[in-house]
Amino acid sequence: MAKELWKGNEAMAEAALRAGVEAYFGYPITPQTELLEYMAREMPKRGRVFLQAESELGAINMLYGAACGGVRCMSSSSSPGISLMTEGLSYIAGTEVPVVLVDIMRGGPGLGNIQPSQGDYFQMTKSLGHGDANALVFAPSSVQEAVDMVYNAFDLAEKYRCVVVILGDGMIGQMMEPVEMPPERPPLTEEQRPDWALRGAKGRPPRILTSLNLTAEGLERANQRIQARLAEIRKNEVRWEEEMTADADLLLVAFGTVGRICKSALRLARQAGYRVGLFRPITVWPFPEQRLHELAGQVRGILVVEMNAGQMLLDVKAAVAGRAPVRFYGRLGGVVPLPDEIAEQVASLAASLPGDGYRPARNGHQGVAPVVASAAVKA
Amino acid sequence: MSTDLSQYEVVYRRPEALTEVYTHYCPGCTHGLIHRLVAEAIDELGIRERTIAVAPVGCAVFAYNYFNVDGCEAPHGRAPAMATGLKRTQPDKIVFTYQGDGDLAAIGTNEIIHAALRGENLTVIFVNNANYGMTGGQMAPTTLAGMVTTSSPYGRDPHLAGYPMRVAELISVLPGAAYVVRRSVHDVANVNKTKAAIKTAFMVQMEGLGLSLVEVLSSCPTNWHMTPVEALRWIEDAMVPVFPLGDYKVAEAVVPLTKRTRAAR
Amino acid sequence: MHEEIIISGFGGQGALFAGQLLAYAGMEEGKHVTWIPSYGPEMRGGTAHCTVVISDDPVGSPLVRHPSAVIALNLPSLDKYEGLVKPRGLLIYNSSLIQRPVYRTDLRVIPVPANDISVEETARVSENGMGDARLANVVTLGTLVQATGIVRLETVEAALRAHLPQRHLRWLEPNLAALRRGALVVAERVVAY
Repeated sequence: MAKELWKGNEAMAEAALRAGVEAYFGYPITPQTELLEYMAREMPKRGRVFLQAESELGAINMLYGAACGGVRCMSSSSSPGISLMTEGLSYIAGTEVPVVLVDIMRGGPGLGNIQPSQGDYFQMTKSLGHGDANALVFAPSSVQEAVDMVYNAFDLAEKYRCVVVILGDGMIGQMMEPVEMPPERPPLTEEQRPDWALRGAKGRPPRILTSLNLTAEGLERANQRIQARLAEIRKNEVRWEEEMTADADLLLVAFGTVGRICKSALRLARQAGYRVGLFRPITVWPFPEQRLHELAGQVRGILVVEMNAGQMLLDVKAAVAGRAPVRFYGRLGGVVPLPDEIAEQVASLAASLPGDGYRPARNGHQGVAPVVASAAVKA
Repeated sequence: MSTDLSQYEVVYRRPEALTEVYTHYCPGCTHGLIHRLVAEAIDELGIRERTIAVAPVGCAVFAYNYFNVDGCEAPHGRAPAMATGLKRTQPDKIVFTYQGDGDLAAIGTNEIIHAALRGENLTVIFVNNANYGMTGGQMAPTTLAGMVTTSSPYGRDPHLAGYPMRVAELISVLPGAAYVVRRSVHDVANVNKTKAAIKTAFMVQMEGLGLSLVEVLSSCPTNWHMTPVEALRWIEDAMVPVFPLGDYKVAEAVVPLTKRTRAAR
Repeated sequence: MHEEIIISGFGGQGALFAGQLLAYAGMEEGKHVTWIPSYGPEMRGGTAHCTVVISDDPVGSPLVRHPSAVIALNLPSLDKYEGLVKPRGLLIYNSSLIQRPVYRTDLRVIPVPANDISVEETARVSENGMGDARLANVVTLGTLVQATGIVRLETVEAALRAHLPQRHLRWLEPNLAALRRGALVVAERVVAY
């Protein structure tokens, strides 16, 4: 199938439609609103449910209700809206019903701004609201990847009866890239509904879906069941990408759009003679800790780059477990780190390493020169 | 010595829509009675096998254990949103929420107002006992002025803690609401009226006419520190003057339904 | 080949659409492309810009600090981006709206009377014979394509045919004409660096 140019937010919506999403509930918030607007246009055309809720609280609980019926459903929002949704997400995780959620992160804390950010990493990977709950969290670095993730998210959510999060940012939501759309799949038939779904107790005993379990032992058992599924996810679903790690003695670690920006930085740094590689977690929960641990034994230093104050950094440090020095470079508030500044950080990291100092195989000039040596114009 | 039961006519039995379990409600509490009315209405309408219950957070948190239908448990106040998700994706089902005053009138005000505005085809059983029962009798939005609760120990002062919220009146002005009434269960006549209203409310949903809400004044002897009989009397003497019983919204299309339920009694 | 282009102008001048046309054309020619807009409140009334990256290789960063080419449709855009273009890069500006000289001496600079060309081309089809400046974006895109050879002009023409919104269909011919006029400017006014 030919590639088409798609805007990230709309592409993810189309991917969900093709995956057979039956219901979408959401609330407008920049920079994800085009996803909601696309659903508003397209869902009614296919006889499916679109509803703009009164708030993200309303949206997530409509989603919760639809999910209890064993219906393929999704929502999307951006950071402040996700904060409101965490209540429902915790209930959904506790009730073990599948939903798909897209988070197009923006600058925070508070109202922050609408520029790209990765400030929801803790919120999405460490816990969905209160209690021990985790989502399977994918971090796309391109529109195509975001499309594929959304398309596959429903099957995974249903397989593990869990929340699947696509953790993008304003850049993924707003940018256009060529995309090859996956084929259209029909929605679930009544026979395909899961055996726990609330569809009316016709000719069978009633089913109950709840996250409430008043006995400590009972709730512990429920938790153990949830944790067992999460362990399955850890075993089966960990994904990452590596670039030029084979001979690397320096390693960049970044997720999502920063991961792709680091690819440009990698080229700059390689041109300057640094043997640097890139490790990009594709699932940020579960975090690809084992492979990173291996790589940490091979490199002299690691640079973590994020659009936050150092959130994935903690996972990286835990995985590296002291095998290599880990340095952090973060931009905040919606500022996007660009390849040249990341490449400078690579050079700076190399220079700081102990021993006889790092000597890149370079010809003549020092470090990574900025592309334009301050071509400021005096007006 | 055994008795031959076949010669007797069954005049009273547990509704099929109630499970055979003991409830956890306090002695004298009228939640159990309201459950029964809901179950009778479901049985009489023959909708048990396509009904889905959404339980609240509050005294009725375990309602899903008592209704013999598919059921789920909403976060505090969110039952109308959750019910919206169920009903929109399964419009052939009958979806009802069963909510208390803290759940619906405090933390869930937004959800019920917008469900009503959208005219969601849901049935809402709203139980008003003027306090937070489950957590031990704190002030609710429906707590009367001057009423002592554990969180209004000097009596509710409206200037500091606001006025009692009249939910039926509030919801009745929203265009999507088709049937909004307030009833009470403090005596037999009112119990019968409540039953008819609940049945009507389900019929409104079956006909797809919009949101139906039955507010039921209910007793809470434990937290009111009264005997069950005193509590029923207190509903009539103290609550009804603040929360007048009556029909607050009966959409034109609903009128024939109310005639049918009245005739059936 | 790896080109990083910023197209910038007032909201309403069509900077974002011109960028999309370029991205469509790049994609049609089998290149890797990204298009990313400025978004948010600044779109309303302020300057709007987009960054287009067209490359033989997969695109890393869709955002760039130092573009290889810039189209400045108005003065604020020139002020903002003149200093950022890569040395020996390309700077195209709308000379109908921008009177000041360009200060950089290490760039290839092409002034394009884009509004004037647009007025001429739109006047041909308008009912009252009056033209307007709505095609300035496409004029400068023609200049960019001709001056860089990033994509072929015909591919952009095809992109116009495919992606001009249905409601603007009567503006297709003027758009195509504006594109070609923009391309001709390169031959007429090559400014050496």
